[in-house]
Amino acid sequence: MTNFLQKLFGNTTGRRGVSAIIVFVIIWHVGSQLDEWTGYDMLGIGLVPPPADVFVAFLGVVPKVGYWMSWVASFSRVITGFIVAMIIGIPFGLLLAVNRYFRGVFFPPFEILRPIPPLAWVPASLIFWPTNEMSIAFVTFLGAFFTIVINVLGGARNIDISYLRAAQSMGASQFDLFWKIVLPGTLPSIFTGAAVGMGITWEVVLAAEMISGGGTQGGGGLGFFIWSSYMGGSLEQIVVGMISIGIAGYLSSSAIRKIGYHFMPWRRLF
Amino acid sequence: MSNAANTRISEPQGIDMVFYRIKKNFTSVDPYLTVFGIFLWLFAYWVLCEGLQIWRFSKLPGPVAISKDWFAFEPFQGISIFTQEYYEHIRVSCQRILIAFGLATGLGVPLGLFMGWSRKVRDYVFPIIETLRPIPILAWVPLSILLLPGFEGPVIFLATLASFFVTALNAMLGVDSIDEEYFRAAGCLGSSKWDVFKNVVVPGALPFIFTGLQISIGVAWFSLVAAEMVSGDLGLGYLIVDAYMNNVTVPMVIAMITLGFIGYFSSGCVRALGNKLMAWHVKELAQQGR
Amino acid sequence: MAKKTSKTAKKGEISIKNVTKVYDPTGVNVMAVDNCSMEIAGGEVCMIVGPSGCGKTTLLNSIAGFHSITEGSIHLDGELLCGPGKPKAEQSAERMVVFQHGALFPWKTLQENVAYGPTVQKAMSASEAMDKAGHMLADAGLGSFITKFPGEVSSGMARRAEIVRALINNPKVLLLDEPYRAMDALTKQIMHESLLETYDRTGVTIFFITHDLEEAIFLGDKVHVVTTRPCQLKKTIEVKIPRPRSFETQSSEEFRKLLVEVNDAVHEEAVKAFKAGEREMA
Repeated sequence: MTNFLQKLFGNTTGRRGVSAIIVFVIIWHVGSQLDEWTGYDMLGIGLVPPPADVFVAFLGVVPKVGYWMSWVASFSRVITGFIVAMIIGIPFGLLLAVNRYFRGVFFPPFEILRPIPPLAWVPASLIFWPTNEMSIAFVTFLGAFFTIVINVLGGARNIDISYLRAAQSMGASQFDLFWKIVLPGTLPSIFTGAAVGMGITWEVVLAAEMISGGGTQGGGGLGFFIWSSYMGGSLEQIVVGMISIGIAGYLSSSAIRKIGYHFMPWRRLF
Repeated sequence: MSNAANTRISEPQGIDMVFYRIKKNFTSVDPYLTVFGIFLWLFAYWVLCEGLQIWRFSKLPGPVAISKDWFAFEPFQGISIFTQEYYEHIRVSCQRILIAFGLATGLGVPLGLFMGWSRKVRDYVFPIIETLRPIPILAWVPLSILLLPGFEGPVIFLATLASFFVTALNAMLGVDSIDEEYFRAAGCLGSSKWDVFKNVVVPGALPFIFTGLQISIGVAWFSLVAAEMVSGDLGLGYLIVDAYMNNVTVPMVIAMITLGFIGYFSSGCVRALGNKLMAWHVKELAQQGR
Repeated sequence: MAKKTSKTAKKGEISIKNVTKVYDPTGVNVMAVDNCSMEIAGGEVCMIVGPSGCGKTTLLNSIAGFHSITEGSIHLDGELLCGPGKPKAEQSAERMVVFQHGALFPWKTLQENVAYGPTVQKAMSASEAMDKAGHMLADAGLGSFITKFPGEVSSGMARRAEIVRALINNPKVLLLDEPYRAMDALTKQIMHESLLETYDRTGVTIFFITHDLEEAIFLGDKVHVVTTRPCQLKKTIEVKIPRPRSFETQSSEEFRKLLVEVNDAVHEEAVKAFKAGEREMA
């Protein structure tokens, strides 16, 4: 703890950062009070709940089981979609990279579908899949899939050809080349893709939960938490939901960083 | 240099070059594979949705139904290339993207450059951005609907916010990426602070800025569609949801494909602009054989 | 302060007195330069030779004004650059640096690069500067490349253009930090001849860092061998080979003798530096 405080206040950057955040909260508070103080309607700025109220609302929801169930629901959706996207996306991307014919046939349709924003798939997916849960999972999968494939493909094609030649000259088989050179060489890009894909996954899960009204079947999720707060007109809870999702997203991306650190020892130098 | 008198093997020029490229292309196997791939994909799509109509695929419109409606004077399901409504949706979405992308670029690039250039600006601004950034853009939807007036306000706000973060961060990383020696060289040569900004910081960060802008326009479309789906009266995202609500599936798919095309086209425009502004960068990469 | 009263008292006389530089990034004091003194006469080619990472560059950076110094003082033509009460020299076009990796702005053409200095100093109008830049590049044999970007020309051409970019400002001192390090031997040879020719024409003081011993003797009037970190002056060797020098010079008896002398001085330091590096890694 002292170590952490030292890091925070020990240098100018830390002190400035902390003071910037404090000023931000003060401006937030002042903004939320503008209507009352000036007596004018400030185009909705006055509707922003003051930070103190948000804090109180946060303390209010933390003991509730329903709030934590939303966490569990959203996380399980994100993880499901994400893992499926990794399982299908990594081999697909690697195949695209190593086999010219496979790339020739499958890359063009992939490129045609890729620019369609993932959320545009939501209604089609709701129609196609029998349950809401499956359609959310599908759209989540799509969101991460395109990013992961593109990153894997780019990474694998950028591997320095001399590594492959060096391995071949030492008598490596095709199998060895793939497992010892191509896969580890692509790992950094896989993790970059995973980090970006994780961000998109959260966006998509959130949107899907909002659009489909995740409450009808299964657990609501954090997106539905925000949406129902919106429907119920509780601004404090909307902000609480936003902060919760921010924390959740942050936790998942740092988890990916941790895993990447574990799997790529040669990158720890940097 | 057209007077290549002494060069024995001259490169084909102008229209010859075009023919040469076409000829070269047809001797390789790639274009055939591409055509085959697209055909295979369309065929599979058709078989699943229209040919055999297996499982739930029958609920989705197949390629024949879509193209019939899309190019019909009087479409069954309301949207085709001959209906005014189709273009109205496209126009509204494009207009929103232009405003949002313009705002995000206009605010994000200068802010990012200053964050990269000045330790102080970064120390004060970066923590706030990093605090707000993990919140997914879509989590802002309800709040922005409540706080901002009308339909346009929230939609544009969301698209702007999304691309703003990407743009600002990339501009900052762009300045970070500039070699310290360029700053030193500029200092030696007697530059003022403003000279350094104009001649080193801005051009040096340009490659990163344009990488950022390419991502940012994609993100802007992503959030725009989401925002239009949740709140909106027009636009392609709205068209998708509206079709879904009215149980017509063809306009939904037409809107998806249109979004894909426009999205691809817009990022192509950004890339082209970038290449035009960074002739030096393009040539440098070409020299390195990339 | 006994000012040197040599007959050819040209401008650009540098005197480095008891300079010490201590880096203190994270509380660990690293002494890069320790009590180093050197006199460089105006119009002299002064070569600094020493093992990698010994603090030569730190010395150059203090003269150029990129770093502050901890103790001591540096004067240029009797004027204080940095010293007590003024730890860091200001950057100025009278001391031009040519960098190790080359620092032509990649986003400007060669001509724009060369014209940059006079333009921002407002010594010339933009069009005058461009004209002069074009002429100077042509004189350096780069006439047909003036509209190319640095990324499009070879590293040798880029380095020559960079020296032109420095010279257009009429500097008193040219500071070169291993500028030919990454070049093959043949290109290097041509670069040396081109630099010598430039020197014969302008007579600018040259402060040249290298660890190529033949380069040091071939180009220099004096070769200063410095110790491994912290950097101190170990030995000064005068090179009395007459100018103009050509590549045949390198096979002369005198050249060989000097090479052995310099090599003796440097080798000891290189071994020390290597051992120190091993200790640090362990």
